[in-house]
Order: sequence, then structure tokens, then C-alpha cells
Amino acid sequence: MPVNSSHYLFLSLLLFAIGIMGTLTRRNAVIIFMCIELMLNAVNLLLVAFSKMYGDVDAQLFVFFIMVVAAAEVAVGLAVIVMMYRKVHSVDINILNRLKH
Amino acid sequence: MDFYSILFWVLSAMAVGSALGVILSRNPVNSVLFLILTFFSISGHYILMNAQFLAVVNIIVYAGAIMVLFLFVIMLMNLNADVEPQKGQLVQLAGVISGGVLFLVILAALRSAKVESMETKSTDIGLIANLGKVLFTRYVLPFEISSVLFLSAMIGAVVIGKKENLPAA
Repeated sequence: MPVNSSHYLFLSLLLFAIGIMGTLTRRNAVIIFMCIELMLNAVNLLLVAFSKMYGDVDAQLFVFFIMVVAAAEVAVGLAVIVMMYRKVHSVDINILNRLKH
Repeated sequence: MDFYSILFWVLSAMAVGSALGVILSRNPVNSVLFLILTFFSISGHYILMNAQFLAVVNIIVYAGAIMVLFLFVIMLMNLNADVEPQKGQLVQLAGVISGGVLFLVILAALRSAKVESMETKSTDIGLIANLGKVLFTRYVLPFEISSVLFLSAMIGAVVIGKKENLPAA
């Protein structure tokens, strides 16, 4: 069976769903952050597949800009997680429920 | 089954298997290593689609820089499998079911999508010369703005990560 665009569609969909499952089932803030990175990469893979499919350069540049934003996001997000660890000495997100009350 | 298909299936199995390893392994360090493996197999997919520049950037930026940052943070906090917080069985089941339902819904919606062969189109658009030409002509403004984004992210990370009890300078 030759590989076509729908294979890449379903592969990146599967990776995205795995990322969602990880975000919903884990309580460690660092792991949740990593699952978000996994979802970003699934979307990147799909964009590159569409770029190949339509012979278009723009999608690959969008992937490039997504990587730029992800790098900036990781720097700030990990700073937030380190700050949270310094305050409560844990990365368990269930501790952060003060807005609930 | 040609060479391209075999490589595709091997890389896909590697990507999905190591992505499952990310969310299933108890030790956060193992999760990071599995995620690096996922990024490498996604880079293999990029090479397969002749997006060579993105493959190299993916390895350098993601596997090289971002995951090292994750590893540093995990080692800084001394996280391991013993202190790993666990959700209840019911919540985990609900999470897996809702993720699976999302997967099924989009799968059902895209099942009849237009199928196009990947090998018919010209393949030199992923080379660095073509990407660079477009990046520095049509996308030069977003490129410059992203440098401001990086600067603000750097300042933000320093401000957030600074110790609070320092005397105000």
C-alpha cells in the first residue's frame, strides 16, 4: 500500500490524541508541559505533510515559526514551573486549586 | 512494499510507541528520553518528506535545546518515580476515554478526505535555499517580530525565575 497524505493525517492525529490523553491523565506539571510539546509536534508533522502534498513553501515556514514560539513558550513555562516548585515544593497540579474556593 | 513505505511504517511505529512511553512511564526522566525519541522519529519523517531544513532544526531546537532544558529542570527538582503524583483510576480512565473519543470523532470526519499521493509533486521546496528566499522576502516582518518575542520571553523568564527576597536594586 503506497503512503499517501491520509496516512500522515492519521499518524499526526494519533500523536495529538496521545498528547491529549497524557495531558488529562498526568498530574506532574512537567509531564503535562511535555505532552503539550508532543501535540505541537503532531501539528508540525501534519503541516509538513500538507506542504509536500500541495508543493507549497508557506506551510514549512509556519512550522518554523511554531518552533520559534514553542522555544519561547518553554523558556517562560519552565520558569513558571520552577517558581511554583520553589513556593510549594511540589509539581503536583492538584495543589494549585485555590481559585476553586 | 517499497523502501519509502517500509521507512514510513517503521518511523510511525517508533513515533507512536515512544509517544505512548512518554505518557505511561512513571519516571519523568524516562518520559523526557521517550519524548526525544519521538522528536527524532518525527525528524525522520521530515527527511522522508524532503524537508531537510526542518529536520535539522527540529533536532537542534527540540531534541537539543528544549529537552535539555526539561532535563535540567527535572534534575534540579530531583523528580523520580517515588515522588510522582498519580491520579485516581477513574480520572485516568476518563482522560483516556475523552482523548480516544476525540481521536475517533476526527477520524470519522476525515475518513473521506481527499487522498493524494505524496510522491508526485516536486520535492525541492524543503531545501534551505528555497525556504530562506521566502523567509527573507515575504515573511521578513514576522521573522523580525519573532526576535522581539524571543527577547521578551528571555526577560520574562529571568523576571519570573528571580528570587523574590533580594533587596530591590
